[in-house]
Amino acid sequence: MNRLNQLFAKKNKDLLSIYFTAGYPDLNCTVDIAETLERNGVDFLEIGFPYSDPVADGPTIQESSQKALDSGMTLKLLFEQLKDLRKRVSIPILLMGYVNPMVQYGVERFCQTAAEVGVDGVIVPDLPMYEYESMYKPVFEKYGLSNIFLVTPQTSAERIRKIDSLSNSFIYLLSSSSITGGSLNVSDSIEGYYQRVKAMELKNPIVIGFGINSNKTYSKACEYANGAIVGSAFVKYLGSREDYMAGIPEFIQNIKG
Amino acid sequence: MRYGVNEQGYYGDFGGAYIPEMLYPNVEELRQQYLNILNDEGFKAEFNRLLKDYVGRPSPLYYAKRYSEKYGANIFLKREDLNHTGSHKINNAIGQILLAERLGKKRIIAETGAGQHGVATATVCALKGIECVVYMGEIDIQRQAPNVARMKMLGAKVVPATSGSKTLKDATNEAMRDWINNPVDTHYIIGSVVGPYPYPEMVARFQSIISEETKNQLLEQTGKELPDYVLACVGGGSNAMGMFYHFLDDEAVKLIAVEAAGKGVDSGHSAATTSLGKEGVLHGSRTILMQTEDGQVVEPYSISAGLDYPGIGPQHAHLYKAKRAQYVSITDDEALQAGLLLSQTEGIIPAIESAHAFAYLEKMQFKKDDNVVICLSGRGDKDLDTYIKYFKY
Repeated sequence: MNRLNQLFAKKNKDLLSIYFTAGYPDLNCTVDIAETLERNGVDFLEIGFPYSDPVADGPTIQESSQKALDSGMTLKLLFEQLKDLRKRVSIPILLMGYVNPMVQYGVERFCQTAAEVGVDGVIVPDLPMYEYESMYKPVFEKYGLSNIFLVTPQTSAERIRKIDSLSNSFIYLLSSSSITGGSLNVSDSIEGYYQRVKAMELKNPIVIGFGINSNKTYSKACEYANGAIVGSAFVKYLGSREDYMAGIPEFIQNIKG
Repeated sequence: MRYGVNEQGYYGDFGGAYIPEMLYPNVEELRQQYLNILNDEGFKAEFNRLLKDYVGRPSPLYYAKRYSEKYGANIFLKREDLNHTGSHKINNAIGQILLAERLGKKRIIAETGAGQHGVATATVCALKGIECVVYMGEIDIQRQAPNVARMKMLGAKVVPATSGSKTLKDATNEAMRDWINNPVDTHYIIGSVVGPYPYPEMVARFQSIISEETKNQLLEQTGKELPDYVLACVGGGSNAMGMFYHFLDDEAVKLIAVEAAGKGVDSGHSAATTSLGKEGVLHGSRTILMQTEDGQVVEPYSISAGLDYPGIGPQHAHLYKAKRAQYVSITDDEALQAGLLLSQTEGIIPAIESAHAFAYLEKMQFKKDDNVVICLSGRGDKDLDTYIKYFKY
């Protein structure tokens, strides 16, 4: 049982996950931020490995990725930075990024290195089900890495069932069909979508992401799912002040309420 | 078809649909519908009528006498420059607008580099009275001002892509983001044989009219349906795919794809994808692309805004790897000189994209009865500024 499964076995509501981009705002801040987030009660983390053409991301995350790349962040460097990760951080960690850097690194080498440094799973938005299943699944499984799938309001029930059967940690429910950095919409139609997915009684827990930027949106998401993910709002915060480390406790407090 | 697509959307090792889940329903809808729609008699009739009466097809296959004398072979030009809006791009735009209409879409988005695809899309949207938004890199907007004005006059909204390198690849990213945010009512008219399956296949089919006509015209003019050589320029590769399509299974026909070497393949300012790139994933398909060791996309360079794309379509990647087509490259200087030569030898000012294909004739050896077809994919009006600056007119 990896750390993600242990976490969900222990706690199944009000989970808080934070996304941040590796190497942003400073090249060497990745593990320090992770440690600070854990100390402040975050349940699991998503560390973004930057990509030059992140089509699923809005301007905030794209800019953070570009700045990290400009400072010299690479997958190789990220893995070096994460070497001592597990001496300092114990909560589950996911890597999030796009398929091309992973393919160039070598999918097997990527999975092996990720597992060695203590990464528990991967979110790759542009690696869809068919490609995962037909090409990469055995490699992910060999190294015990979870692959997290996204579900949107337009994903059919049949496809959600298939995603559930291919998942072994949690399902990432998008609050809307949009790029990152929007705002959570809880109109009637979206509420219907949450209820529809909840009523499917999937075997995997559900975490809602995209547009979670306040206590209000976090609490709303937790009504329908096991937890919520904050991404752009945190990245925006990191870029907003020089002493960003000092304000992290307050940022998390404001989300958790 | 030996070099065709399989059911999962792969050409050999290339293709597929590497898209975020947010785009899955749109792309899946297209995948399920496009063949039915393309094979529908009503669709075919309207497509063919518009190609004939609106676009002006068939485009002539012109025997270039003075060129033939110069190069010692029979050289034919497939005159896509004579199409309405001045390039081959209109073939695909007409096909996709009819498709979008049948899918019930109310809004069209597109990306454009040089502006030819943007103009073609704005044109068909005006024709059908459908809202049109064209994404164009901020830098391309500056260097292709006449096409920007055309799109605006046709009623399209031109949105500058200000991220990344502010050129075609970023315009493509922005269009994809728009599509993610507007999944229900919007159709994305991709302008080249790139993107997630079924786009590369669908665009190739719409452009295959080029090789279909060429076969018939060549038979009429020479008594032979198959040429010895077929040449076309390649950015993403839509005119080349259309020009190659009906010759793919005729192995005797030598296919030559000409990429933009820019200031030289090894100059650091180039768009010669097959020379500089390697396998990877870009804009939804597994293909060959220019990238760093870390998998970050490298910004290409060419004097032609239509050729500075960091990848090629997945079917091209397959043809390259299978050695069915030969991929070569031509520098800015060579292309501009070829543009001048065509102007003064045949009285035709070509788009700089097309001039790349013509420049490669200089590097070839022919037998005197060889039949050679070159796709003249677009006219050079939009590039006059570049020609003026280069030749100091």
